[in-house]
Amino acid sequence: MKSLLYAAVGIAVMALAFWAYRENYATQESIREVEALQREIGELRETLAVQKAEWAYLNRPERLRDLVASHWDKLRLVNFSPDHFGWTEMVPHSPSRREGPGGEGPDR
Amino acid sequence: MRRVPLRPLAKIIRAREAGENPDRIERENLRRRNEDLRDSQRSQAEGRLLVIAALFAMGFCVVGAKNYKLAASEPMEPRAAVSTHAIYSQRADITDRRGRLLATNLSTHSLYAQPHLMTDRKRAARELAAIFPDLQEEALLRRFDGSRKFLWIKKTISPEQKQAVHDIGDPGLMFGPREMRLYPNGRLAAHILGGTSFGREGVHSAEVIGVAGVEKYFDGRLRDPARARPLRLSIDIAAQAAMRQVLLGGMRLMHAKGAAAVLMDVRTGEIIAMSSLPDFDPNARPRPLAMGDASDSPLFNRAVQGLYELGSPFKIFAAAQAIDLGLVDPGTRIDISGPLVWGGYEIHDFRDHGPELSMTDVIVKSSNIGTARVAKRIGAERQREFLGALGLAGPLPVELVEAAGVRPLTPKRWSDISTMTISYGHGLSTSPLHLAAAYATLANGGTKVSPTLLASDAAAEGTRVVSKAAARAAVEMLRETVIRGTASMGEVPGYQVGGKTGTADKPRRNGPGYHDDRVVATFASVFPAGHPRYALVVSLDEPVETSGSAPRRTAGWTAVPIAAEIIRRTAPLLGMRPGHPRTGGWSDPGGPARLAGN
Repeated sequence: MKSLLYAAVGIAVMALAFWAYRENYATQESIREVEALQREIGELRETLAVQKAEWAYLNRPERLRDLVASHWDKLRLVNFSPDHFGWTEMVPHSPSRREGPGGEGPDR
Repeated sequence: MRRVPLRPLAKIIRAREAGENPDRIERENLRRRNEDLRDSQRSQAEGRLLVIAALFAMGFCVVGAKNYKLAASEPMEPRAAVSTHAIYSQRADITDRRGRLLATNLSTHSLYAQPHLMTDRKRAARELAAIFPDLQEEALLRRFDGSRKFLWIKKTISPEQKQAVHDIGDPGLMFGPREMRLYPNGRLAAHILGGTSFGREGVHSAEVIGVAGVEKYFDGRLRDPARARPLRLSIDIAAQAAMRQVLLGGMRLMHAKGAAAVLMDVRTGEIIAMSSLPDFDPNARPRPLAMGDASDSPLFNRAVQGLYELGSPFKIFAAAQAIDLGLVDPGTRIDISGPLVWGGYEIHDFRDHGPELSMTDVIVKSSNIGTARVAKRIGAERQREFLGALGLAGPLPVELVEAAGVRPLTPKRWSDISTMTISYGHGLSTSPLHLAAAYATLANGGTKVSPTLLASDAAAEGTRVVSKAAARAAVEMLRETVIRGTASMGEVPGYQVGGKTGTADKPRRNGPGYHDDRVVATFASVFPAGHPRYALVVSLDEPVETSGSAPRRTAGWTAVPIAAEIIRRTAPLLGMRPGHPRTGGWSDPGGPARLAGN
């Protein structure tokens, strides 16, 4: 009876040792993977920062102004000015509405 | 342990002779032996208990320490190249109010040489000089042949240059990683951003430290790795670009030496745009002047550091205070007959406007004599307190490292004549930003506005400087000045500009008195007068407008048209809808449009 117990304990110890050995390697593998991922994240962030900087550089007002000037004949873009705001009475209303009962609609 | 025999012969014999039972001696000895054994076992057990207690205590300590470490440590950020960078300091970005980049970092490389590892110094020097036009072949060779084992060649190089240096193939040329500060918009907000330079330098990294402007003021916050979020400024890139372009064009047109402009939100004190010309490129910050006047350097921020006698825009402060104190109201007739002689000084008006004018007309026609008489009734002490409450007597709290040292120049003795001259803007030197903040205070209904460069969403509630009614009356006088006074060119249809011009003679740099032909022309304005949202100050240094038969230097001809154009360009960009062309009704930007008719 006693020897059976000893054998069982021995087998359990070996099984646990095997399990711990495997876990150890799995952990090391995970750590390596995390490090690789972090490196990748870092590199991607760096790339993103470069892209953002380039986007800001390409969109700098000075360059946009030059582009607008050099493509004037095609785009005809002008500076945003107060007379670009419209008013509701500039919108022509449909005839049916204007002839409707009560003569609603803005004074034109 | 000495073992005592249980039945020592000598004692037993003696006991037998005495007729005692010798077994008692054996029992006694046995009892002693058992007691000794028990004592030693007890101390052994106590020792074991102590060891186990110590082990448990250590175990608890380890668990506790680990818990503490987990709770108290900063979360780790994924970093670029974990193992290779010993120090990795990413400086936080700076953005404008809408999150558009004003300053960011780029990782580049530095180039250094270790001459004792080089195979062919002559060839290396020749090829380096070909790649970098600013390097001299002979100078490089001389440095390589010196005794040093380590020398920097370039602090930052581009990827193309790095490849070209790689292609030289010399083992003595090496690269180190470098963080570089980049300002994608170049000169756009140069004076606000300031600039950076390298602090302590190592092969693997270098500190990037702010040297001026916002970069230096917020250096600690920008370098703090725990606060990696971008620093959001109150600047609007679009408005800033429009302002700079108009100001630059205007400065050239008016042949001015320099120019400064500040656009401020009067509710929050946020500086929406601020420009000082000439400016510089913060990516290649020039060196400060070694000699001469610092204000001639492009590094000098005229809007913040430049102290000028700004002239007539100060008149409105005397008017607002007099109304606030109940001394006058906008219709009160003021004696303007002159010249006004006081203590050996004569105060003149630019033009003769008759014997008397209403308070409003004193501002509209810009009468020095009228303002001086009003100021005299206010008195020196009350004037000084009032200007101090407006923030015109001390440094501004704005977030620029330069601002803390800028203290307006006030007279040593605030006499009656000082009171009079200060009322029309002479004898007190302030920066354009000071003036803009004071105008913003009037436009904000009389509660103090402190300029700030940080974006804030809530309106700051300042202390009351003048009553709401007096502030309202002052803004109406400013509006009258644009409608029918000296600033008539400042009218921008739909935006109800109100403002005051100022043309101040420049004091001679060496010697007393003022120049005859050098002026500082200023236009301080608020718009729209109905519900002021923005304050704008434009100041030109030595402008002269030459389209007419005689050169014109007054602000009405120089600063005002530039300010009007700035308003025309920036107000729509800030989402401000012009008033209705027919009713002039003006509505809140973003709010429901007030409809005409219907």
